[in-house]
Amino acid sequence: MSTAIAAKGKSLWSDAWIRLKRDRYAMLSLAIVIFYSILAIATKLEWVASPWDRVVGGAYAPPSFDKIELWGGTDIFGRSVLYKVIQGTRIAMSVGLVSSLISVPIGVTFGAIAGYFGGWVDDVVVWFYTTLSSIPSFMLLIAITYALGKGLTSIYIALSVVAWVGLARVIRGEFIKHKTRDYVVAAESLGASHFSKIFKHIFPNVSHFVIINLSMQFMSAIKAEVILSFLGLGVQGQPSWGVMIDDAKLELARGVWWQLAGATIAMFFVVLAFNILGDALRDALDPKIK
Amino acid sequence: MFVYIARRLLHAIPTIFGIALIIFVLFNLVGGDPTLQMLGKHANAKQITELRHEYGFDQPMYVQFFEYLKQILTFDFGRSYATKQPITQMIMNGIGPSLTLAIPAFFFTTVLSVSIGLLVAYYRGRWIDRLMVIMCVFGMSLSSLAYILFGQYFLAYKLGWFPIAGFETEWPDRFAYVAMPIIIWVVLSLGHDVRFYRTALLEEINQDYVRTARAKGLGESKVLFVHVLKNGMVPILTNVVIEIPMLILGSFLLEGFFGIPGLGGMTLDAIHNSDFPVIKAMTTVEALLYIFGNLATDVLYSLVDPRVSLK
Repeated sequence: MSTAIAAKGKSLWSDAWIRLKRDRYAMLSLAIVIFYSILAIATKLEWVASPWDRVVGGAYAPPSFDKIELWGGTDIFGRSVLYKVIQGTRIAMSVGLVSSLISVPIGVTFGAIAGYFGGWVDDVVVWFYTTLSSIPSFMLLIAITYALGKGLTSIYIALSVVAWVGLARVIRGEFIKHKTRDYVVAAESLGASHFSKIFKHIFPNVSHFVIINLSMQFMSAIKAEVILSFLGLGVQGQPSWGVMIDDAKLELARGVWWQLAGATIAMFFVVLAFNILGDALRDALDPKIK
Repeated sequence: MFVYIARRLLHAIPTIFGIALIIFVLFNLVGGDPTLQMLGKHANAKQITELRHEYGFDQPMYVQFFEYLKQILTFDFGRSYATKQPITQMIMNGIGPSLTLAIPAFFFTTVLSVSIGLLVAYYRGRWIDRLMVIMCVFGMSLSSLAYILFGQYFLAYKLGWFPIAGFETEWPDRFAYVAMPIIIWVVLSLGHDVRFYRTALLEEINQDYVRTARAKGLGESKVLFVHVLKNGMVPILTNVVIEIPMLILGSFLLEGFFGIPGLGGMTLDAIHNSDFPVIKAMTTVEALLYIFGNLATDVLYSLVDPRVSLK
């Protein structure tokens, strides 16, 4: 009956999931994030809030419950504010997703090879990211979007360039710690290549830092996109929350508050959710805090 | 000490060179022809040639790069495209208004958030602590634009407590114009800073010396405000000092919204005008300030904390 005696080992992931499930606020935040994601995908597929630029009422009609399009009122052209907010969700989530998809592989690779190989490789990588992070990130975002030209693509690239540094720092530190551990030495003595040691042996042991980083990355990407679009450097001709807030700047004096309220509230809940989720993930996944 | 500073300065050279390289590549190579951005889509060939010549964009790349390095070393960034003023002069003029806003704002933020941090560390785990943490997270999640628009619309426009926007160089009147931006700055930063100081102080509370202090019969307030605060000064000071050089830069959004002619407002204007030389100069200046700010932090660190060796 040896199978009965051997206690079933729990992986870091299932352990973390159990801990996360116990945290009510974290689960609620996760639900909010999933809701926004589904909404974003549905908008992308044109299932909801489409077409957003259709005229649904008079200019600046206040919110009313007559029709679902009018729940958030209308803007200067009589377009539905609710639809614009939902379209803004698509842009915000896509900015978080795309900038993560670009920055995570770069950050992990550079961090891993710097920490693993050390020596001059490390010097070069560290020099590169210290230099990059010496330019205050907001100014760097502005500089990149200015150089690349306005638009969503520039925002994706700018945010990725800024974001990979933080992850690379963490991953490098972890690789320095892990590379001399017994399991890595054992793998080496079995003839594992550098590539296999880096990605097959060490990386799975530090990959939880990627997840912790991801939540924060989404949050700062969403915040940055709103400000860049607000400044006119970002999204053009699409209803980003930042563009909506920019419009609202002049509308407020005429008593039109719903465009500002819609964009701000939508942004508040998703940023709040990522904030709480990020903290909870750190508590659940970082073995040091256990 | 002198050797340490000298060595750190020496270390800064490759970083400064790297910054120059990155900014040059970004602005002069990646961005394509800068004159097109400056003149817009409807420029004619003659205008383009003239502007290219005026700013030296018709020179070979390496000549342009050396020209840029020379600009950094002499701190002379040429003239603005939009205002035709020397950029160095514009930067010098902007520092005063930026600091008028930034210094009081930073002072009040730090005093308030350290005090609240101490308070919640004292009541850790109790309802007031939890309430504060929740308020911090909520405050951090609200867009900074929302705070600014709320302040400008309600407090200034509707209630008329403050001027809506503007600036006055004369001294007592200056405060009237920066008062609300200062308040908004403090409220904006409080969420993050309180959480930061709370964590820093709570880390100290679990140290051995705190247990010793309690064991010899000291009261909780004495432990917290004398022993913990003294040791907690190290992370507090780091956080404070690292931000000081950044204060000169002011705040883009606040200066832009409230019409304060500081460096942040100047950068925003440059973005709106596609003022290539100014954006490039500001990026460079900010990066240089960051590096020297970091250097100052490390030096100060070593003075405050004897555990930090000067190797």
